[in-house]
This record gives sequence, C-alpha cells and structure tokens, in this order.
Amino acid sequence: MADKIPVTVLTGYLGAGKTTLLNRILSEDHGKKFAVIVNEFGSIGIDNDLVVGADEEVFEMNNGCICCTVRGDLIRIIEGLMKRKGKFDAIIVETTGLADPAPVAQTFFVDADVREAARLDAVVTVADAKWLAERLKDAPEAKSQIAFADVIILNKIDLVGAEDLADVEARIRAINPYARLHKTQNCAVSLEEVLNRNAFDLDRILEIEPQFLEVEQEHDHHEHDHNHDHGHKHEHHDHDDHHAKNGHGLKHYHDEEMQSVALTIEGDVDPDKFLPWINSYIQTEGAAILRSKGIIALKDEPKRFVFQGVHMILDGDLQQDWKPGETRRSRVVFIGRHLKEDEIRSGFLACAA
Amino acid sequence: MAAPTSLTSNVAALDAGAPVTAAAFIAGAPAFALGDGQILLGGGADARLVAAHPDAAILIAVKAGDVLITGGDDGRVVEIAGDGVMRELAREKGKWIDALAARADGAVAWSTGRQVFARGAKGDVKAFTAPSTVRGLAFLPKGYRLAVSHYNGASLWFPNAAAEPDELHWKGSHLEITASPDGKFIVTSMQENALHAWRLSDKKDLRLSGYPAKPRSMSWSHDGNWLATSGAEAAIVWPFNSKEGPVNKAPSELGVRSARVTTVAFHPKSPILAQGYEDGMILLCRQADGAELLVRAEGAGAITTLAWDETGRRMLFGGADGAAGLLTMPA
Repeated sequence: MADKIPVTVLTGYLGAGKTTLLNRILSEDHGKKFAVIVNEFGSIGIDNDLVVGADEEVFEMNNGCICCTVRGDLIRIIEGLMKRKGKFDAIIVETTGLADPAPVAQTFFVDADVREAARLDAVVTVADAKWLAERLKDAPEAKSQIAFADVIILNKIDLVGAEDLADVEARIRAINPYARLHKTQNCAVSLEEVLNRNAFDLDRILEIEPQFLEVEQEHDHHEHDHNHDHGHKHEHHDHDDHHAKNGHGLKHYHDEEMQSVALTIEGDVDPDKFLPWINSYIQTEGAAILRSKGIIALKDEPKRFVFQGVHMILDGDLQQDWKPGETRRSRVVFIGRHLKEDEIRSGFLACAA
Repeated sequence: MAAPTSLTSNVAALDAGAPVTAAAFIAGAPAFALGDGQILLGGGADARLVAAHPDAAILIAVKAGDVLITGGDDGRVVEIAGDGVMRELAREKGKWIDALAARADGAVAWSTGRQVFARGAKGDVKAFTAPSTVRGLAFLPKGYRLAVSHYNGASLWFPNAAAEPDELHWKGSHLEITASPDGKFIVTSMQENALHAWRLSDKKDLRLSGYPAKPRSMSWSHDGNWLATSGAEAAIVWPFNSKEGPVNKAPSELGVRSARVTTVAFHPKSPILAQGYEDGMILLCRQADGAELLVRAEGAGAITTLAWDETGRRMLFGGADGAAGLLTMPA
C-alpha cells in the first residue's frame, strides 16, 4: 500500500487553466519528481523530464457492466512507467477538456495490475469562473467534471465580479457540495490542497459533510464585503431554493440534470438489508451515479462500515471503531445524473435496523 | 541414485541493478535489457553495462538472430550485437516503442500508438496504421507476415503487399500475440484474464478462459504441440496438437503453488517448462509427470523473463527487483 504511486487526475474544460495548475505543481520547490501523462503531446509547454503522451483510448470491459469503461492507454503507460519505479514520486494525469473523468478513475479500480502499482489520489477539476456557468448549460463534460471532483479549483476569479462569483459557486454546489473548493487567480493554491488528498482511501473517509462551511470561512479572511454580498443575493434567489437550509449566505440552485442526494439514518442499519440494497442499487442505477460514499453504523458492529464508489464499482470495508459517546449515525451520499431521490430515500430508510 | 530436486547450486546470481525487461543469449553470451535503459552484457566477471537508451527505460526487447533489439520510452529502436556494438534502427520522437517483434533473418517490427513499422532483413521499412493502439506484434512462421494485436481483434499484415490486412475480430482489448510454430493458430492474451485463439484456416474463435490474472507470458513447446501460459497459480498448458486446437479440452497445470506464475519458457529441445513466479521462485517442470526441479527459491520480486539458449544447456532469468542469473544445466 505504502509504495503505491499516487495518481492525481486533472480535469477541466478547455482554457480553464489546467496547464497553469500543472506547471505550478511541477515548478514549485517540493523536491518531488512527477511523471506527467498528457494528451495532445507536445502541443503545450510542460516543463518536466518525464512527460508521456496519451491517446485517451476508452474501452468497455467485457465484464457485463455496461458503464465499466477504462482507459486502455493508461493501463499500458502505467505498466511502462513501472520500469522507472523509484525515479518518480507521483503521477499526474491531465485529461482533455472534453474527457469524462469516469473511465480514468475506473481504470484504477478495474485493472488489477494498475491497482497493484498505483492508487488514485484525487480528481482535481479546474473551472473557469467566467465561463463555467455557460459551459454547465451547453457542455455535459463540464458538468461531469464538476460532479466527479474531489477538489475544485475555481480559477480566474479576477475576471468576474462578486455577484457572478457567488453565482457560479452556487451552481457548482448545486451539483457537488462535497468537493473542496478553492477560488484562485492563476491557479494559486497551496499544493497540499491538490496533492496527497487520499480522496479514495476508505480509511480517510471520516465524515461526509458538505464543504461550503469551511470554504466560506477561509474566504471570509480575505474579503469581508464579499460575504455580505452573498447574503444579499440569497434573498433574490429564494425562489430557486427547494431544499437548502443554508445559513451561510450561499444562494441555492437546483441543477435539473446533475444532483447530489445525501441521506442520514440517526442510528444503525441492518446489514442484511443494507448490503444487498446498496449492491443491487448500484448495479441497476450505477450508470447514472457518478460518485457514491457512505459511513454506516451496522447493527452489532463496533467498527464503521465505509464505502465509496465510481459508477458500478463499489469499494467498501470496516474501518475504525465508533468512539465511546459518539453518535452511531449512518450517512450516504450520491452524486449523479437525474437521481431518483425518492427511490434512494425509501430504499435506504428501509434499511434502518 | 535419486534424481536431484534442486538446481540452485547450478545458478550464478547477478545483480542487474534495475528491473530486468528481457534477457537473451546474444552470440552465446548473456544479455539483459534493463528498465534503466542499459544492457548488461556477459554473465560473469566480464559483465559490462552498455547504455542503449540513455536516460530512458527499455520497455521491450527481443532477440533477432545474433543481435538483441530493444525498444525504449525514448522512442528509439536499437540493435545491440554481442560485442556491444549498437545501431539505431528507428527514432520516433516523443513516442514510446510499445511492441516489438523480430526473427532470425534480421527482420524487425515495432509499433508506437497505432503505427506499425516493419523493417525487412535488407533494411526496407514499411508502415501500416492499425485500427487502434497496438499492444503486440509477432511474425508468422511462414512468409513475411506480421500479426498485430489491438482493441477488438488482430490484423495480419503482409508488409510487402499492397492488400489491406486481414482482420480477426473479437471484442475486447488484445495484449500479447503469438503464432503457433505451424502457423495454424494465432493466440492473444486479453485484458479480461483470458486467451483468445483464432484458427487461421476458417477464423474459428477459441476462447480459453478461467485465469485469475492476465496471461501475459506465452511459450510454445519445441514441437509446437503445447502452449504454456502464465496468469494462474500454476503454468497452464493448452494442447494444440490437433487440427481443432484445444476445443473442449482441459489444459494441464504444472508447478501448482500458492503464488502466481508470471513468466513461462519451454525448453528448446525437451518437454520441460521453466516457470517463474511472482515471489521470485523458478521451477523446471517436466510435462510428462509434473516432476519439479527448483532453480531459485521464493522470497524476492516477480520473475519477469526466462530465456534458454539454443541447446537448452543454459537459461537466463531476470526479475522486477533487478535480480538476474544464469542457470547451467548439469552435464
């Protein structure tokens, strides 16, 4: 486990600033060596010793799982990179602006050889503050990239006013309230916020909370008047607000296509009901579910059951004990396309012990 | 006199210093192609390193007559003679050499992405674009013809003919490719932990499945009757000694252990299989009765290559951890 090479996947629509972020990662004085897998080899200036051109060949696995697509070129490239093992510390995969992140992520779970050599660390999506709102309307890829992200770099904030920034942030949160969001100019973000996130490690999934609390506080330090502006916008957009009880001044949108559903059972669930339900639900609805996560209190089990999934691929295990005095609470989150919220709710709530 | 059960005292161990990509006897002398771009020539005190791909990794290497051909992640194809003299055969800037094949007359083929190049014994180079990225290349035993594996099947290409390549279809990602010594079957290893075979006379499909891992290493017996493969906790040996191939026939298993076989190499003259495991063990297994001889004990990195000399008196091995060695069979 310890010597698996961490892999960061950089996605983002064309022109959002992926290359800027990549060069920032490569040029900072961190003493780490990266292998960089890029598309469109040679067409962009990347200053790194080990740059590999990828052809983004996506293919279906013959395993009866219709949405189980992988990147064949990544399997080949990671195998080849292992010949240089010890000469680099991490891999960064830059995808094209039009790429769906799912096949990239799934490659790290489906292929046994890749899984043995490398671990997916996080999906980092760079978004253009000025144009993202437009792209979310006309480019399904842009929406998938936001929905899939563990970390979102909302870049070029200097090109938009405070109102527009609040608006695009709300649109991002309507799709994915769980990613870490950083507002930047020139992708100026601390590398710790991008690398070594362990976003797919079950033992790092300690809680599932929407991330806007933390981000808003971080933001407060910089621009107090901006926060006031948020509050102002909120009143105007109350009609958009179907579900949110958001006391932090962030206006709320509902995205018609891509949503997240979070459900909580204040107590234990019955493993004989929950495990068959989650497995079969993911098998039947997995094509629409981009990401899933859960921390579950199984009846009579002192450890928490933690799972995370990408489409139909589920990874779950018992992790650390519930602490004495800690509330045993079961929580699941799904991010996906046209999620059947009522069906998920009734299915999950029926698993209560 | 009891037969010996171990040949470990017949092994001269070497430290190659980098992951071993492939090994071969070149003009009688050991040669190891390494992940750090170098070739280790010679197996004893005379051993020396030759920088065939400076600052690059050797991704693949094959033997062609009395030379070794290497393909690197520097996009170069290099020929190395037994005396260490090198010649660059190709340079594909910014690309990786993904697959390589060679044969005794000196013909060499390589691929980068979808591009396949064949260089005849006289040095003339022909090119062909495959339908998707190429993962494996093999010369057919008869005629100047190349088998090319890719996504959704394989292509059979005559580099010197204008005709379109002959296509063999089967859904999925095909990795390594090999032709049976009689030229009647083409076999590929697949992403889905299986082998696929086509009988060329009628393109009949044979699906050989049941592996827990990808059967990446394949080796034909000296008489061409058997195909041994890696990818399971034993070497899996399929019978190809009939017109039908292994249809409705169970394979045999050699050297069953609780560790996965990573590399197989049939002895060039006898029905004996050398097999390397993921834990560094190497066994010689006699096909007739499954009798095993220990060449190397477990407890190291995976074996990545096994190579006999023409007489079957000596065998080279190499591992992912840089371990290497020379086995000399007892007289």
